[in-house]
Amino acid sequence: MTTRVQELPGWLRRNSRDPNALVYMILAAVAVLYPTIVQVVNPSQSITLINTAADAGVFVLMAIGLNVVVGFAGLLDLGYAAFFAIGAYTYALLASGQLALTPAHHAVHLPFWLLLFVAVFVAAAAGALLGAPTLRLRGDYLAIVTLGFGEIVPRVFRNLSQWTNGVNAISAIDAPSLPAWIDGPWDNGADFQVVRDLKFTIGQPVAYYVLMALLVLVAIIVVTNLYRSRLGRAWMAVREDEVAASAMGVNTRNIKLLAFSIGAAFSGFAGCYYGAKLSLVSPENFSFLVSVTILLMVTLGGMGNVPGVIVGALLIYFVQYKFLSDLPHWTNAVATTVGLPGNAVTSLSDLVTRLNFVLFGLILVVTMLLRPQGLIPSRIRQEELTKGTHEGSVAEVQGVA
Amino acid sequence: MSDGAILRLRSVTKRFGGLTAVDDVSFDVSRGEIFALIGPNGAGKTTLFNGITGLIPPSEGTVEFDGANITGFKPHKVAWLGIARTFQNIRLFDYMSALDNVRVGQHCRMHAKVWDALFKTPLERSEEREVEEKAMELLRFVGIQRHAHNYARNLPYGQQRRLEIARALASGPKLLLLDEPAAGFTPQEKVQLMALVEKIRSEGITVFLIEHDMKVVMGISRRIAVLDHGEKIAEGTPEQVRANPRVIEAYLGKSA
Repeated sequence: MTTRVQELPGWLRRNSRDPNALVYMILAAVAVLYPTIVQVVNPSQSITLINTAADAGVFVLMAIGLNVVVGFAGLLDLGYAAFFAIGAYTYALLASGQLALTPAHHAVHLPFWLLLFVAVFVAAAAGALLGAPTLRLRGDYLAIVTLGFGEIVPRVFRNLSQWTNGVNAISAIDAPSLPAWIDGPWDNGADFQVVRDLKFTIGQPVAYYVLMALLVLVAIIVVTNLYRSRLGRAWMAVREDEVAASAMGVNTRNIKLLAFSIGAAFSGFAGCYYGAKLSLVSPENFSFLVSVTILLMVTLGGMGNVPGVIVGALLIYFVQYKFLSDLPHWTNAVATTVGLPGNAVTSLSDLVTRLNFVLFGLILVVTMLLRPQGLIPSRIRQEELTKGTHEGSVAEVQGVA
Repeated sequence: MSDGAILRLRSVTKRFGGLTAVDDVSFDVSRGEIFALIGPNGAGKTTLFNGITGLIPPSEGTVEFDGANITGFKPHKVAWLGIARTFQNIRLFDYMSALDNVRVGQHCRMHAKVWDALFKTPLERSEEREVEEKAMELLRFVGIQRHAHNYARNLPYGQQRRLEIARALASGPKLLLLDEPAAGFTPQEKVQLMALVEKIRSEGITVFLIEHDMKVVMGISRRIAVLDHGEKIAEGTPEQVRANPRVIEAYLGKSA
């Protein structure tokens, strides 16, 4: 087996037994072709569908970020939405008229591209700030403290109404705009189709979709680089055995802080984008449910494995926001074509609507029962859950020895 | 051979509540020697190791390493200064390959920052290459290179012990603490392991090891200290220790 594998070219050899490469290829192809496919398959709804995909990207970004904390470093974080909120509010405050209504009395309109980085740093700093006092806790205790943080942050934004407009939310937030050298004077002519479509307006989600695809791409590259670095190994070492890691010269406190901080940074990305796209940031959008959903995406997708987490995020988002919300319509359509009487059709789709969350729960339970290691698991989880002690090896899984 | 003590313990005491696990222990480990600490179960040997490496700082007394007082330093700082250790109950990173385990060992000697990792800078790449080469070299040194890509937990018991030594060596220590490296070994494996320990010493690394089995250490260590109920009851050459009546009584039992 060894010789056969080694005859292959390097990149193929490395990827021959690695489902991740395949997943990445499929994801890239789908991401590129999606807008076109949608336009061909379902032209009447294409805008909505592209919009949904762009929104799903927000969760993909956050799942990638939470995976750093939970999957790589093994720190259970139940309040991840807090960083999402911090990112979103950073953008909302610095790119809208809101600050004119506050004691600052001056509206600030910084460009989206700058704020993208500002939000990342603010979220990362918030991660470090939360991490500093809490990371001496482990496991369940850390989870409870992060849960508290996740509850506190949206509440602070709600109650600081002098600055954040409270429950009334910050609205009329600036949309991103492309610099003049892309979105320039030649834009007046409608001939240049690609550029015209790339305007960030509400009716045209393609630009947002492209932006999100690029953000996700950057996130994947960054997180993969980190995973394969000194830092990534230190995270895993801390996850495996904190005492041994510290005895090996790993400053466990700093390493955990970095995991928290870098994990939070991704949701800074997500929050900034979210605020810009929705043009509205309200404290109601960052509930505990969001934190749980992201954790669910990470777990169901395959904890510790980036492509798995992405697939998990997309799938859960699809089930939650598309499949379940469309299900009543579909049952309606099916029931009508089958020829059920009118009132039976209504009561059936009513029932489906009411069972929405039951169905969601069922889907989750069944998936986790069938694939406890996640849809596209990391090799670690795979082995942990499918093999006993002292058998098998990475070499066997990878196909190298 | 010796230009002074590399490790100097002075009145090191560790109390856990009312229990004194290590009681006023003082001795020196000289540079370049193999020093053994022996004693019956529960004598406080591992507690002493934990005190030296900063995992559980001593209640009283001082630990001096290489002329500097390191009492109460954080474990990672101690490792950085040049003390590496293994654990009595093997503590490897189970779900990391043997190679990665050794790579983590080199963590504190690496210079790449977060920035370098994020963007895979040339510095990061070349450092990673060096680290991998050195890790393979160390696996070869302890004789488990063919397990490089296996998860640590899937290695046979004896090889796990060797991997732990390789991981400890990866941090480039001046002093290596081995906590019962031969525990659970057959007599033959013990001989092989002691050969490895001798090889490590010949590389210029001072070895300070705990061993349960007195016979094993008699052959290779230049000096031995004996701990019983937290107290040092003897120190000296193997011959002196073997002849010491207190050692015979406490450690080997009265009938021996």
